[in-house]
Amino acid sequence: MAEKEYVYFPGCSLEASAIEYDLSVRKVLGALGVKLIELDDWSCCGSTPAHSVDHGFAAAVAARNLALVEKMGHSTLITPCPACLSAFKKAHLRMEKDKDFQKEVNSLLDEPYQGGVTAKSVLQIIYEDIGIKAVAEKVKIDLPDLQVAPYYGCIINRPPAVMEFDDPENPVAMDRLMEAVGIKVCDFAFKVECCGAAFGVTKRKMVNELSAKVLAMALEAGANCLVVTCQLCHQNLDLRQEQINRTMGTSFNLPVLFFTQVIGLTYGFSPQELGIDKHNINAEPLIKSRRPVEERIKEEEEKAKAKKPKPKKAEEEES
Amino acid sequence: MRVGVFICHCGNNIAGTVEVAKVAEEARKMPGVAFATTYMYTCSEPGQEEIKAAIAREKLDRVVVAACSPRMHELTFRRTVEKAGLNRYFFEMANIREHCSWIGEDKELNTNKAIEAVKIAVEKVKQNKPLFPSRFKINKRVLVIGGGVAGMQAALDCADGGLEVVLVEKSPSLGGMMARLDKTFPTVDCSICILGPKMVDVSQHEKITLYAYSEIEEIKGYVGNYQIKIRKKATYVDWSKCTGCGACVEKCPSRNAYDYFNFGVAPCRAINIPFPQAIPKKAKIDPKFCRQFTKGKCGVCAKICPVGAINYEMQDEIVSEEVGAIIVASGYGLIDLDKLPEYGGGRYPDVISGIQYERILNASGPTAGHIVRPSDHTEPKTIVFVSCAGSRDKSIGIPYCSNFCCMYIAKQAILTKDHIPDSQCYVFYMDIRSPGKGYDEFTRRAQEEYGVKYIRGRVSRIYPKGKKLVVKGADTLLGTQVEVEADLVVLATAVIAAPDARILAEKLHISYDPYGFYVESHPKLRPVETNTSGVFLAGACQGPKDIPASVGQGSAAAAKVLSMFSKDTLESDPQIARVNQNICVGCRKCIRTCPFGAIEEQELRDGRIVAKVIETVCAGCGICNSTCPCGAIQLQHFTDNQLLAEVNALCLT
Repeated sequence: MAEKEYVYFPGCSLEASAIEYDLSVRKVLGALGVKLIELDDWSCCGSTPAHSVDHGFAAAVAARNLALVEKMGHSTLITPCPACLSAFKKAHLRMEKDKDFQKEVNSLLDEPYQGGVTAKSVLQIIYEDIGIKAVAEKVKIDLPDLQVAPYYGCIINRPPAVMEFDDPENPVAMDRLMEAVGIKVCDFAFKVECCGAAFGVTKRKMVNELSAKVLAMALEAGANCLVVTCQLCHQNLDLRQEQINRTMGTSFNLPVLFFTQVIGLTYGFSPQELGIDKHNINAEPLIKSRRPVEERIKEEEEKAKAKKPKPKKAEEEES
Repeated sequence: MRVGVFICHCGNNIAGTVEVAKVAEEARKMPGVAFATTYMYTCSEPGQEEIKAAIAREKLDRVVVAACSPRMHELTFRRTVEKAGLNRYFFEMANIREHCSWIGEDKELNTNKAIEAVKIAVEKVKQNKPLFPSRFKINKRVLVIGGGVAGMQAALDCADGGLEVVLVEKSPSLGGMMARLDKTFPTVDCSICILGPKMVDVSQHEKITLYAYSEIEEIKGYVGNYQIKIRKKATYVDWSKCTGCGACVEKCPSRNAYDYFNFGVAPCRAINIPFPQAIPKKAKIDPKFCRQFTKGKCGVCAKICPVGAINYEMQDEIVSEEVGAIIVASGYGLIDLDKLPEYGGGRYPDVISGIQYERILNASGPTAGHIVRPSDHTEPKTIVFVSCAGSRDKSIGIPYCSNFCCMYIAKQAILTKDHIPDSQCYVFYMDIRSPGKGYDEFTRRAQEEYGVKYIRGRVSRIYPKGKKLVVKGADTLLGTQVEVEADLVVLATAVIAAPDARILAEKLHISYDPYGFYVESHPKLRPVETNTSGVFLAGACQGPKDIPASVGQGSAAAAKVLSMFSKDTLESDPQIARVNQNICVGCRKCIRTCPFGAIEEQELRDGRIVAKVIETVCAGCGICNSTCPCGAIQLQHFTDNQLLAEVNALCLT
């Protein structure tokens, strides 16, 4: 596989509350032969507090990082965090379309952003640049008990005109990746529903209600685990799950994993290496049955043998 | 040369922002101008009399009117000067209203601009040459494209008026969308019961030639004299033999063909007759599903057919027809369910479209009129209707209203309650649009008598929960979110242009809007005409329309054709290209650029090849004029010299 190189922006939460997302991204991309260069002197992406007060200021905070990427001579920036991604893409697009806005933003920066950086999510580069085939080739471990509901959250692919990735209403990138590494995927209707996002701070009740629905629908779909791509979703669904149970009268015990952690497990990394032990809801019972992929293949072959003696049915499916 | 200039006040429309007296004063100074005056309403009868009197009194031989757009009154004033004894082309109009007084507020600038416009017109009119129309014979036959209710109405009215009609229908039967409907609003009468007699009338009318399962291949010619090529698509059944007995359909082993007539509610056989009342009631094979075609062996229908009508070797056939006018009634299309992923369209079998529900309600439909869910064939008790599914939605490029969904949803909800008395219908709506006669009463009846629950708000998502579908949306009147657990969801999918509407428009040389609907000549005053003379519109090909409006337009288009054909000859417009054969070098560039095929080669007696314009075909667009390298081909009334005189008037003085 050709060696790939990307400038990497972890974002603030991946250094602290979602450090396991960072760990697993680095492990998986490393295994896929991707070299990550952490953006030198990166700073806040702008995040919700900035753009809810001043769009020009928010864009400047984001564009400072984009300008740093240009300075490094690169044209692509990748980040695991959908909110950072959204901030970068929005700043870039508006500056591209509105020259007055570009001037206003650049006047706030020491070094102006020239408009030459494409921001992408880690999910997007794994799905599009590396590809399902290459991802599947590295699989060593089978996770027979895992049945996942892929949960994309609200912003990784929306609004479509900004994010330009996957289907805005029925995204499939994570579904396809999970299938590629041999995980059973449930047809999940709440893929892009809101978990409550940052309202966890101000409107806790609402977030509990919304997140409870996501959890309930995952169980409804037959899943025993949620797979996410956003650390804020993860926080609402995993960290707050006990709180949801307390306030909503439910008894969820549904592990929530980052998609990179699941891929990492199938590549043979230990739960500790991937930070799975840091989660609130224990995923160990679901993943302890993991075994080398060869065992599954052997088992399937035996099953197929046992089935064969059955008499052949006529091919005519229509009549 | 004595030019008379008449400046119109147009009430305050012009005089409000243009100093008309000053314009007249300046006009008097222009070379060649013998007389200039202003008038309150030049287009009025006294205004026209004033022009006539001035022509006689001042011995004028050219006239300029500075007023509104020539699109409004050029013809009026041409007639006026003609009555006063001048050639009608010794007249020019300066547009100082749409191009000047209406768009600028600065009186001084406007006045200057008006003076310049008059100056241009004066220089042009001095270059004008007398032109005379010629007359040509017309072929009094009419082509109607589309055999839906609009097209059938147009065909019947034309035929009853004594015209020979050629009716081309793309699908195997007449009837169009209306034949698929169960009942019609607001009277709830059976659709096929009122349409059927019309279909029979069309098929039995001695003046109507019907080409079913046929499409327009090519259109050549011009108003009064069109040559049409029609592609009769291969049905693989000899319709002159087929009796429509249906034995082949019954025995056909390929049972998974897509049923176009029923919008795929259930599969049909590869050989089929679309519906019991089809006209012509003939069978046709769908080669995409027929085993004889896909697997190369079967032949069951050929064996079973009692009259030996099956012919697997059949090919498309091209037939030619000649007509003098064309009525386009090619109908509409609907967006696919999978364009609405937020509603699970195409993913969840119990999310269906309005037209599919219509087929389910219909006694001759795939469920014999029993309302059942496509997924498990159980009877639904809670049915949710979602209006504006795609319509009025800029995000998918359909900002317009689909016109009739509000009404058919009310009708379907009423019918649902009739079929299943213990059912409950919900309608999510943005606005209830029911402006027709008896329409609002009808939607009120759905709510008040049939207990249909109308929720004002849009649906954000539909997702499955067990065997139910949860419809999640907003109730904007209560200011709250609602969730309805439904057994069946019906989406009022947006109306779009018919699938090949743009291709047909290009064959017809008519324009279409950004959504593919055909553009009428004037939205209010010329609603069934197009800008291509001889081509008329009827029904939903021009925009979403319900049955009464489509029928009305069908009759209107027929009336237009009948009035055009009440004369034996038509007058040709002399504003066409003409070749000066002494200058023409025979380079043929004009022949290649003419979009109408109006220029041909002509060999002169001395053997020189030159261009020749076919007068009746030339549309006067002027492309050849600007292409010609030696100025040999000139568009009459817009010659190089005339246009340069205008430019010089503006730039050199």
